[in-house]
Amino acid sequence: MARTVLITGVSRHLGGAFARRLSAEEDVTRIIGVDVVPPRHGIGRAEFVRADIRSPLIARIVSDNEVDTVVHMGVIATPAASGGRVSQKEINVIGTMQLLAACQKAESLQRLVVKSTSAVYGSSPKDPAMFKEEFSARRLPSGGWGRDSVEVEGYVRGFARRRPDVGITMLRFANVIGPRIRTAMTDYFSLPLIPLPLGYDGRLQFVHEDDVGEALTTALLQDAVGTVNIAGDGIITATQAANLAGRPFLSIPHQGSGTIGGLLQRSGLVDSSPDQITLLTFGRGVDTTKMRAELGFEPRYTTREAFESFAARLTHRRFFLGGRKQPSWLAAHAAERAIAAIDLTGKKD
Amino acid sequence: MAEKKPAKKSAAKKSTAKTAPTKKATAAKGTTPAKKAGAKRASTTSTPTAVATAAERAGGERARRRSTPLLSGSEEGRAQARRTPARRTPARRTPARRAPARPTAPTLRVVEGEGGGDAAPRRRERARASSAGAAALQGAVRSVEAESPSETPTSTTPSSGTTLAPGVAELLSVALSAGQVASRSIGSAMSQAAGEDLERRLGDVLAFLRRRVQGDYVVDDFGFDEDFTIHTAFPLLRPLKDRWFRVEVRGIENIPAEGGALVVSNHSGTVAIDSVITQLAIYDEHPQRRFLRMLGADLVFQMPLVGDFARKTGATLATNPDAERLMSNGELVGVWPEGFKGVGKPFRERYKLQRFGRGGFVSAAMRSEVPIIPCSVVGAEEVYPMIGNLKTLARLLGAPYAPVTPTFPLLGPLGLIPLPSKWIIEFSPPVDTASLGKDAAEDPALVFDLTDQVRETIQQTLYSVLMTRRSVFF
Repeated sequence: MARTVLITGVSRHLGGAFARRLSAEEDVTRIIGVDVVPPRHGIGRAEFVRADIRSPLIARIVSDNEVDTVVHMGVIATPAASGGRVSQKEINVIGTMQLLAACQKAESLQRLVVKSTSAVYGSSPKDPAMFKEEFSARRLPSGGWGRDSVEVEGYVRGFARRRPDVGITMLRFANVIGPRIRTAMTDYFSLPLIPLPLGYDGRLQFVHEDDVGEALTTALLQDAVGTVNIAGDGIITATQAANLAGRPFLSIPHQGSGTIGGLLQRSGLVDSSPDQITLLTFGRGVDTTKMRAELGFEPRYTTREAFESFAARLTHRRFFLGGRKQPSWLAAHAAERAIAAIDLTGKKD
Repeated sequence: MAEKKPAKKSAAKKSTAKTAPTKKATAAKGTTPAKKAGAKRASTTSTPTAVATAAERAGGERARRRSTPLLSGSEEGRAQARRTPARRTPARRTPARRAPARPTAPTLRVVEGEGGGDAAPRRRERARASSAGAAALQGAVRSVEAESPSETPTSTTPSSGTTLAPGVAELLSVALSAGQVASRSIGSAMSQAAGEDLERRLGDVLAFLRRRVQGDYVVDDFGFDEDFTIHTAFPLLRPLKDRWFRVEVRGIENIPAEGGALVVSNHSGTVAIDSVITQLAIYDEHPQRRFLRMLGADLVFQMPLVGDFARKTGATLATNPDAERLMSNGELVGVWPEGFKGVGKPFRERYKLQRFGRGGFVSAAMRSEVPIIPCSVVGAEEVYPMIGNLKTLARLLGAPYAPVTPTFPLLGPLGLIPLPSKWIIEFSPPVDTASLGKDAAEDPALVFDLTDQVRETIQQTLYSVLMTRRSVFF
């Protein structure tokens, strides 16, 4: 089947990586990448079209090129990446509305793949340990990206009602992490001293950046399966993550966490949102049974491996214990083994 | 393996060491000076003498140790080694005491006698390991020097692009390993007075700390941290369970060896310590050492520290998805259906079961087709006898109740000490749900019936245990 795929948000890190990944698929004849700024990285054999998904121009691109598959990745997670919260929300919500309006009119359209986030489940002490796709948030995300994604998902459901002939796959990704990507989470765990909520240890789930592209490609080539959670296997807690990143952490009483978060954000150190603090406090896990059973996708990295691949990249590890590749660490390891050897000889049976 | 090369040389030395037990000390000195010095330098951060003594001791010990893979699978080896009581060390280090130290010398000979058959191959292996250890140590020394420019500013920095930071982490890690060795030697010195497993325990604690600092532990989907539970939570609670409450467990055989099951228990004691004590009692008494995965109210997970502790020790939110997920994973799940009504009931209503929620636990067990095990806890009611309830204060704090006990808040923090009542935990025979089929959960009448049956069983067991109890405190 000759396919023409349109990717929104192609100039962003994950969009570009996905375009490159999709270029390797022979089933896909044409790839059109859309974004407001030109990409600073390679986008494979994708053709870049400079357009704003918030403008009705997008409708012409879709119809003129006989696009049959749209991959919507233009939902922006961090305010700074888009020039402030207001413009972030506009790109996320208005952009999705315009894109879906264009899709609705496009006769050629058969498939829609949307990159969403597990942030739509929110994070609260009333949460079940693992969210399945059909569960709804016990406490809706208060703002920022999570809230935008809830709205985006709402528009996608509306679109699904109006165009039942279009197969829709919506992937809810856990926090994306990896050696190259920069997100609020990576900023946070790159701090020299990581503030964590006192008396809480949120369960975190990550998905590796490479797995994002793989999952989207699988979703595009498979039949539509509706909403699917995508996350690496296993869980790490917030303090464990700080330890794996080799950073000391500072426990801050819950009352102060908002202030600290605000300070960090204003200082430009971390692009964080109140949602992130709630996540670190109460944590969140998503069930990935459907990912395996229906989507047939198997992530290459577990949550821990994904986080370690990020941690290995961290520089100035004053307190680094996670990566075993550094010469200093290898030396320490050798010393430890030697001591262990002595140690072992100390007892007999 | 590069270590194999120098093996032969030291093998020769070792074989001499093995021949006569009396020469052990000297042989040890002969083989270990390099290591001794190395060890001293390696642990620049702490306890150099301890490591040195350990190294010194090691040379001699190795001569009569059975062959253990030293470097490969060191973790396993360490664990194995930890289990073995180290008795001989003190005898050797304090030769004056050697004669009166009765148990040490004989066991020594017995071990040697046993190992006599295939001594030669073992010797070889031992020697290899020892030289490898020495080589590794020397390497370590070099590298430790290199990575701590603050201590040896003249050391050359490697030309590789990576930054060789002072390596606090590495030093800390090495220090912890060294501490492990030190603790062993200290432990062995103290073992004569304080019992042998002190040494093992000290080593365990340091190994645990190292794992924690490195983030090297696994947390399951529910946030259950087995490492933390076994090494921190349980040791803290065990004295409370064994010495203070002197918990007696009856009917532990009613808990299946494997597979999912639902333990339903009464709830009491103002502070819900009956749940954690039950969990520990099952872990300690059950032959398969099963963990009770507790289901808690959302309020628990809202509270700082408490919620974190609960999650780490295996608790999760009491909701159907979580309960069914746990049970279908074959876990032993614990539920206290009375909830806060049970914990926060006044003292005069002790051992009177409150309403059992909406029977959600029964339908969850039916859907997962696991047996229900009624559990009756006697003794927890008297821990903090609640004689009053400051309802206004409770409302202000958003708590379900604000208890007044004879000692709290009268004696301040002292009032938090629980009364040492004698506890009896009895598990009744399991109630089968699998034979009812999955659809049975959709039949409210059946669910209510089963809920009542379980409640009645617990209530009757409570009464019968109370009848047999001699007194509250004995």
